[in-house]
Amino acid sequence: MVTSPPSVVVVTGVSRYLGARVAARLAADSRIDRVVGLDPHDPPAGLLGLLDGVERIQADARAATEAIADLGAEAVVHMAVTSVPDPQHGGRAAMKEQNVIGTMQVLAAAQGSARLRKIVVRSSTAAYGASFRDPAVFTEDTEPRAVPRGPFARDILDIEGYVRGFRRRRPEVSATVLRFAPMISSSAETSLTRYFAQPLVPTVLGRDARLQFVHVEDALEILHRSVIEDHPGTFNVAGDGVLMLAQAVRRAGRIALPLPESALSTGAALLRNLGVEQIGLDQIDLFVHGRVVDTTRLIREFGFTPRTTAAAFEEFIQAHAAGSTLTADRLAAAERTILDGIRRVRAAAEVSAGPPADAQATAGRSRT
Amino acid sequence: MSQHEYRDMLPGHAEFRLPAPAPAQRVNGRRPIPEEPVAEPSAAPAAGDTLDVWDQRVAKGLAFLRRRLAGSYEVDDFGFDPELADAVFHPMLKVLYRDWFRTEVFGIENVPAEGSGLVVGNHSGTIALDALMLTVALRDKHPRDRHLRLLGADLVFRLPVMSELARAAGATVACNPDAERLMVNGQLVGVFPEGFKGIGKRFADRYKLQRFGRGGFVSAALRTGTPIIPVAIVGAEEIYPILADLKPLARLLGVPYFPVTPTFPWLGPLGLVPLPSKWLIQFCPPIPTAHLTEFADDPLVVYNLADQVRETIQATLHELLEKRPDPFGP
Repeated sequence: MVTSPPSVVVVTGVSRYLGARVAARLAADSRIDRVVGLDPHDPPAGLLGLLDGVERIQADARAATEAIADLGAEAVVHMAVTSVPDPQHGGRAAMKEQNVIGTMQVLAAAQGSARLRKIVVRSSTAAYGASFRDPAVFTEDTEPRAVPRGPFARDILDIEGYVRGFRRRRPEVSATVLRFAPMISSSAETSLTRYFAQPLVPTVLGRDARLQFVHVEDALEILHRSVIEDHPGTFNVAGDGVLMLAQAVRRAGRIALPLPESALSTGAALLRNLGVEQIGLDQIDLFVHGRVVDTTRLIREFGFTPRTTAAAFEEFIQAHAAGSTLTADRLAAAERTILDGIRRVRAAAEVSAGPPADAQATAGRSRT
Repeated sequence: MSQHEYRDMLPGHAEFRLPAPAPAQRVNGRRPIPEEPVAEPSAAPAAGDTLDVWDQRVAKGLAFLRRRLAGSYEVDDFGFDPELADAVFHPMLKVLYRDWFRTEVFGIENVPAEGSGLVVGNHSGTIALDALMLTVALRDKHPRDRHLRLLGADLVFRLPVMSELARAAGATVACNPDAERLMVNGQLVGVFPEGFKGIGKRFADRYKLQRFGRGGFVSAALRTGTPIIPVAIVGAEEIYPILADLKPLARLLGVPYFPVTPTFPWLGPLGLVPLPSKWLIQFCPPIPTAHLTEFADDPLVVYNLADQVRETIQATLHELLEKRPDPFGP
């Protein structure tokens, strides 16, 4: 369904990569008059260039409440959902504050705003939790079997719970919840892309998780369409197809280092406490159980097919070729060397032992 | 034309193949004796050929290794890795299937050539070797070399290494969403509704079908209109005859049963070698369900159909047992 595009759009979380990209993309769309970015933090210098056409209001969620009503926003794009705690901005406590309390306040503001027609909320496939009895492929209707142990997954369940409440109270507002698979692209920097960029990648011993990714550009396209067009409902956003974790590590030309799950958890906790890298229970659960979603509903409703998981990952590999050891080219070269070696040894043996005519025939064959 | 004559006609070519011989007929379950004795490889000219064949094998092996190490293989949504299954799992299991259990398969024509099918079998044998042998039988005997997609207990997917292997071999968790998704995709799905009650039963209860659970497999088949193919497997009961079940120990280890067989745990790892029983697998005529799609939630229809499948398997088991008087016979 396509209705007139909203004239005033409020985007939250513009100090982060995806939020800034969404705001920039919407600002570039001539059908939208005004794009306002809300964020309590100043965007880093790298993102400031993107935010030229975007009015920025630097305010926390409480102040944002008034802003949404005052601006007469017709659409709210809630992107201020973080998957990994940021030690520079208060760690896990601040992450929960932003994810859960922030969403509550944005939704409360949206509920009070009379002109609002549309709300788009960023969610994650982490909403399906992780259990051994899970079906292999999640559809939007699959309920998580238990409350997940990862903090991000629990936040996501809370956020979606608030959106359900909002839908009940403002049924005339079209609410879109987009459950994104982990995002990947040539330029995006996330804990997952840093993980695959290591030369030696730790994995879980005896487990090979099925992974799906979505390309950042496709995620932006879906977000853009859900603002311009009307697509109420909950949608999985992922690239079709599956990469196994070991397969992804190999395609990236890295070497997998399988560790027992307990050792991996301990190591991740240690790194977390040292502030080196934020690999949490969410990531470990993903690497143990894997997560594959059904995107039939997305493709039917949006009329847009994101590039496949394999294609999205390939683009990431191209940009992160530095530091890889076991690349496909090198393996192919090694294969050729071994085969040539065998041929040479055999030719030599035949020259010394066999009749000359036969040796010539062999040499002729190896030239072709 | 003999192999020599062919070789003389096509010297130095590794690509040439002898025309395929007529399919070998098993005589009393044995492989037939070759009519013509295999020729001794003659000295000089044949040496080049064998080397070329080996060359090809080495090249093939290296290419396989490279593809695996570079990650350039395809995996489906369930984690099934057909290349790995065909190149590694299948040849290994086939040794057990052909040489150790001397498996004979009947009624393979009852398995549909294409489209979905639900293969329902009896379960026995302490560890689920019967499921693996059924997979090999279908891959080996079916004219279309069909892959069987097994539905496994969640215990399999809880154990580290096991879950990885099971998914790569094409299995998935036994639940209705997965079963229906596989059947909608036109796959051949294998299920053993007896579950642990079947494989953990004692030797004294051999070839007595256990309860069939809630018939979830029937409703999944009805919902997708998939034909049900009952299959009876004889032979798995004798591989690890369970004399007793140490329940307290099983509870301690968190497994459904702890078997005591004539060789396990007395002989340690040697007790894990299955006894070489003679196996017979019979596929029964398919039961169509396409006309019953709207009854998927009707417990009476589901229960009756489950009962029909169960009785078919039980009757077929008795027939097969008469065909095989000696469990360890040829």
